[in-house]
Amino acid sequence: MSAAEPLLAAHELHKAFGPTPALDGASIEVAAGEVVAVMGPSGSGKSTLLHCLAGVVRPDAGSVRYRGRELTGCSDGELSALRRGEFGFVFQFGQLVPELSCVENVALPLRLDGLGRREAERRARAWLERLEVAELAGKTPGQVSGGEGQRVAVARALAAEPRVVFADEPTGALDSLNGEQVMRLLREAAQESGAAVVLVTHEPRVAAWSDREVVVRDGRTRATAAAGASA
Amino acid sequence: MSIAKTFLGLLEGGPRHGYDLKRAYDERFGHDRPLAYGQVYATLSRLLRHGLVEVDGVEPGGGPERKRYAITDAGVADVDLWLAQPERPEPYLQSTLYAKVVLALLTDRPASEVLDVQRAAHLELMRQLTRRKAGGDLADQLVCDHALFHLEADLRWLELTAARLDQLRGEVVA
Repeated sequence: MSAAEPLLAAHELHKAFGPTPALDGASIEVAAGEVVAVMGPSGSGKSTLLHCLAGVVRPDAGSVRYRGRELTGCSDGELSALRRGEFGFVFQFGQLVPELSCVENVALPLRLDGLGRREAERRARAWLERLEVAELAGKTPGQVSGGEGQRVAVARALAAEPRVVFADEPTGALDSLNGEQVMRLLREAAQESGAAVVLVTHEPRVAAWSDREVVVRDGRTRATAAAGASA
Repeated sequence: MSIAKTFLGLLEGGPRHGYDLKRAYDERFGHDRPLAYGQVYATLSRLLRHGLVEVDGVEPGGGPERKRYAITDAGVADVDLWLAQPERPEPYLQSTLYAKVVLALLTDRPASEVLDVQRAAHLELMRQLTRRKAGGDLADQLVCDHALFHLEADLRWLELTAARLDQLRGEVVA
């Protein structure tokens, strides 16, 4: 990957589900360590764009490059390894494993990466502490609030020290105060670990935690830059 | 809201008399606050002085109400600039933004770009406030939150308007 090349870049993505086009020429670039908000109304294609970027969904046409490597030609196994090793995910509902304790949930990606249980849980506890929920370590997801669960989910997303965190409406199920705390912690923790964040949201107050926004409308993207405001 | 810019936008459709301009303005933008004739002619003479409009014809009888005004190239450029530039984000901008969107539709300019440019300006200010809040004390947080919620309301309006542009075009241009 050259110095000028973005960490992650999608170009002219097209994707249809049946007769319905979800992406119709969407493009986006994400630099290392950058927080980019993907905004747009419901059904505009922003989640599909995130899934294509993360190698979860294969586009019908177009290119997705991660660190100079074209992802559209990768096998399912290669994409799966990439997602496990390089990417972290936070969803609207934490999608924590209900049978595992919070510390086990956070340790899970590390265990899948081959780390021993003791070391994985030690690191997981450090992440829970960083996300200001150390006291939840022994509780199961069913025993914690929505806001607490999202902080655990953020800890899990960052535990394996990914280069990119994909967050799809991470505060969508939270009230304003909890949503704000989750965004502050996600932003700070990602920044400290050098991870880029691709943040899908339709909420301006959530997008305000990003460095810049890309707007998706009818499956197409438009990056906007603020010009000087007139008095 | 700038009456002068709005007049220029309305004049792009063709030359008009002052009273005709007032009627068009009141109909589209002045529902609760119709313009006084004094404002109309003061605005037109200022635009004339700056070369943004010119007198297209004078009917017999004299007096300002007999003149017909046309927009000049400089006037069209002035409207271009106004529409391309975002407003300073602050509460209760809707009337100006609404006028910009309607005039963009009336003059066949890309109204979605007016909204995009404004969204970017709003979000940039929201980012600044969010940064200030993250590093501030509770007082800072509360003050910033007040501004953030107002800006967010504007943005919701922008999104809704963007989703209704085709419908609005149908009504405005009809």
